[in-house]
Formats: sequence, C-alpha cells, structure tokens
Amino acid sequence: MPTSSALRKWLYHEGNAYAFLWPYALLFITFIVIPVAAAIGLSFTFFDTIQAPRYIGLRNYITLVTQDDIFMRYVLPNTIRFAVIVGPGGYALAFLLAWMLAQLPRLPRTLFALILYSPSMTASVAMAVVWRTLFSGDQTGYLNSFLMGLGIVQEPIQWLQSPQYLMTIMILVTLWSSMGIGFLAMLAGILDISPDLYEAAALDGLKSRWQEIFYITIPAMKPQMLFGAVMAIVGTFQAGAIGVTLSGSNPTPQYAGQLIVNHIEDYGFLRYEMGYAAAVSVVLLLMVWFFARLANRLFLSKD
Amino acid sequence: MKRSWFRRWTGVANRGINPQGFHVSQIPFYLVLLPLSVFMLLPIVYIVSSAFKPPDELFAYPPRFWVVNPTLKNLRDLFARMATAGIPASRYLFNSLMVTATMVLASIAVGSTAAYALSKKRFRLKATLFAINTVALMFVPIAVTIPRFLIIVRLGLLDSFWVHILPGLAMPVGLFLLKQFMDAVPDEIIEAAQIDGASDWQIYRRIILPMVRPAIATLAILTFQAAWNNAETSALYINNESLKTFPYYLSTLTTTATGANAVAGQGMAAAAALILFLPNLIMFIILQSQVMSTMSHSGLK
Repeated sequence: MPTSSALRKWLYHEGNAYAFLWPYALLFITFIVIPVAAAIGLSFTFFDTIQAPRYIGLRNYITLVTQDDIFMRYVLPNTIRFAVIVGPGGYALAFLLAWMLAQLPRLPRTLFALILYSPSMTASVAMAVVWRTLFSGDQTGYLNSFLMGLGIVQEPIQWLQSPQYLMTIMILVTLWSSMGIGFLAMLAGILDISPDLYEAAALDGLKSRWQEIFYITIPAMKPQMLFGAVMAIVGTFQAGAIGVTLSGSNPTPQYAGQLIVNHIEDYGFLRYEMGYAAAVSVVLLLMVWFFARLANRLFLSKD
Repeated sequence: MKRSWFRRWTGVANRGINPQGFHVSQIPFYLVLLPLSVFMLLPIVYIVSSAFKPPDELFAYPPRFWVVNPTLKNLRDLFARMATAGIPASRYLFNSLMVTATMVLASIAVGSTAAYALSKKRFRLKATLFAINTVALMFVPIAVTIPRFLIIVRLGLLDSFWVHILPGLAMPVGLFLLKQFMDAVPDEIIEAAQIDGASDWQIYRRIILPMVRPAIATLAILTFQAAWNNAETSALYINNESLKTFPYYLSTLTTTATGANAVAGQGMAAAAALILFLPNLIMFIILQSQVMSTMSHSGLK
C-alpha cells in the first residue's frame, strides 16, 4: 500500500514537527488568521449584527473615501499627525536614550533603563486615574494649579476637553510610555557591538560621535533597529485608545483626538455598522503593514 | 595617591560603550538622563503617593504632590468594599492571579514547543509558517475586535474562564524571540543527543529549554504584563461579575464613582493602581538581566 507507507514516511519526517507545532498553530489560526480573514470578508458586506451580512461589494470603501466626512476631515489627519510624531519621534528618542545609556557604567545604566521602561509596565486603566487628575480641568488639577501658581495662566484650562490641547497631551502621554521592548532591544544591541569595531574605525579616521553612530553603531545592530521599528509602528497604531481614555468620551471632543481605532469602535460598537467598521479595520491593518514594509526596506537593504 | 584615583575614574577604559566606571565624558549624559528620569517617574510616584493619602489630602487645595500623613485607609477601603453585584475586590484579584499564572505557563508551553519545531525540525512548510508569524508581529488586535468577538461567541467561550486565556496565548512576538534564541543553540548538541537515542521530547525538555532560559524569562514578562494589565477581555467578553479581573474592577472605580463616592473612589483607585503596578515592577527587576540578554538576539532576519 503506497499511500500508507507515504503517510508513515511523512509522519516520521514531518509529523513530529507538527506534533510540537499544533497547539500554537491552532490558537494562531483561530484568534489571529481567521479574524483577519473575517474582517476582510465583512468589509465587503452590510452587517448590522441583527441580520445576516449582505454582500455590497466595494461600497464600504467607496463611502469611506467619498462620503465619510469625519474620517477625511478629522480621523485620517489626526492619525497621520499622531503617528508621524509618536512613531519616528518615539523611535528616535528610544534609540538616542539607549545609546546614552550604553555609555554609562552598569549600575546607573540598569537603574535608568528600569526608570525609562517602567511606564510601559503600567496598565492604561491605571494611568487613566493619574492623567485625569494631573490634567484635571478645574483649579484642583495639578497642572492648572502649578501654572496658576506661577502666574502663567489666570483661569484653569480644560486640558482634556479642549480640542487644541487634547492631541498634544495624547502625544506626550504616548511618548512617555514608548520606551518598551523595542527600546530594550536597541540597548542590548548597542551593548553587543564588539569594541574592536570602534577601535578600527578610530584608526581609520572616524572622528565625531555622530559619524560613529551612523557608520558603526546603526549598521552593526540593524536587526535590533528593525525589531525596534516594527514594535514602534505597532505600538503607535495600537495606542489609539488613549484619546478616549483621557477625555472619557467617544467621540472625543470635536473629534480632536479621534484616531482610526476610535472610529472603528464608534461604528462597530456604538452604531453597530459592523461591515463599515470592518472596512476601516482593513485600512488600518494595511497601514500598519505598509509602514512595517517600509521599515523592512530601510534596515534590511543588502549592503 | 590623588592621581591614581583620578586615573581609575577617568581612564580610557571608562569612555565609550559599556564603560567600567565613571568618566568626565559621561557627565552630559547624566545631565540629560537625570531630569528626564524625574519626568518619567512623576506619574508613578504620584500613584504611590496618592495610594497612601488620607481623603483631606487627596482633595486638598492647592493640590499637594507628596503625601504628608500616610495612611493605609485606601487599601483597607478597597478590600472592604463590595462591588455592585456583591463581589469583594479580593475576588477580582484572585481571578487576575489565576488568569495571569495560567497565561504565563501556557504561553511558555505553547510558544516554546512551536519555536522548537520552527527552529530545529525540518519540514516543508517551515519557512512559510515562520514568515506568516513574522507578518503577524504587525497584527493590531483592536483592528479585528469585531470578527474576534464573533468567533468567541461561536466557540461558546463567552462568559467562561478560558476566554481570558485562549485568545492571547498565541503571541507572535514571543514565538519570534524564542525561535531566534533556539537558532543559536548549535545543531551538533542535538545530533549528539539523537545518536544517544534521545527522543524529540527529551531534546526539547532537557537540552533546548534549559539553554533558552533568558528568552523564556522574557516571554514570561511580556505575557505577565499583558495578562495582568488586561481589562478589555472582562469588559468585552464577560458578563458574569464573578469572572471579571482586577484591572476591570479598577476601571469601574474610576468611571462610575460619582458624588460622595468619588472622594473615596479616587483614593481606592490609586491604591488599586498601585497593586496593579507593583507585581510588574518586581517581575521585571528580578528578570531584567535575562531580558537584556534575550534582546541582543532579537533581530529580525
């Protein structure tokens, strides 16, 4: 029987591998692959959670581009502004801090790394308490009290409810918690570079610290730079809930802090237009994927 | 005497990357890092300070950052208080502990076995599967909340203990880190063990696992933080109060407390935030050197 012997051969060679792989694969497919596939499928339908999804082709996407005024006027510009500052900004900051830490002796380095990493350990629900008190809109808020004490402002400012401040505070708070595992990876990467490389470069006439960073440090730790970049991109797009957490409402005041993630929640869970929300989700996944590809290009170029 | 002291602290060995001691060239870094660290720590110091503030200090005007007369009242209130459905805070805490412990152990088991197959076994789909996992690193869970919800309903996981565990177990980042680390284990060791008649399970258990301990510690930290801080699962998938977790309870303290409740609520919320933060910190301090050594292998290739 050829089939059974082929099966036995397969079991011998590959079966063992799958025996180790299946628990992860099963969970991975169930909770990551199928939801992504389902989101793509639902994005071509009208689905209000009561009736079965009805196929409507590309209409959700067309509506998103041509008729969703809020998306085009607020959500997309907000998301881009937020992502451009928090993503590359947070990433550059993480690298610079890691680079500085690497030039300190072990004990102070560990202490500083712990302090810089500690915001990433806090739960966002826990931090909501803190931010709302620090930025509280009446004179009992710490920031208001501090600024009024210095005489910089006369009246308490509604930090979290006013459109002109909310975005800035969102960016600051997200940057505050952006020294996560990407930052640790970069720190480890810098420490791992062999000192011989620097010595050789010094002999070759490399003078300034900046030259050292661009010609030695970054090229020698490309894998960690890429890992940090991917983590920064994912973190940036995932941080979307922050505006709603801070202001306490979805939509955020005058859509000032509305990001794509909030738009999805708004349509999916407040208006129950699941098909449309799924289309927005697909756009979000595509954005993350696009930027990650870009990072890949930057750091994996054949040299 | 003085000169040797000077040389010990300022010698060439103390310049550049990973120095042994202090050097004048490090001063600018301290000048940047010290104020920044103070800024980074302020919110956390605020949590600690508020958790021990008596009510009159919590609502003092002008607000005061430091606690003057520390009290354990907030912590006592927190545990004495029953939630709306008659459930004490300790029940939420117990749920959180169970969920987190199960999550950490199960994600290590699931992740490390899969990483072993992807790193050391030969099979046709190996490269493809690893590539898919790397793409999934970029997965943003919030983007697919809705289909995920529908799947969880279909599987009948709504309102069960397992809904806390199963959806988060497959962690692409964890598998990725473990696999990078296992790639560094020389194949010769495994071949030698095979010649001695070791089974796959024995190789995995006796050779691979002990050698990748730093990566496992890192995965443990990541899972611990994700599970311990997770309020979303309770909010989305659990209706039964007695199955909800501590972070969710904390979020109700901050959003539903009004009027006279708000006064007591804020102190308790700060105390709960502290309880939520401390285990993360302790875990990280214990395992940080392992984490750092994992991260030097963390490159995408």
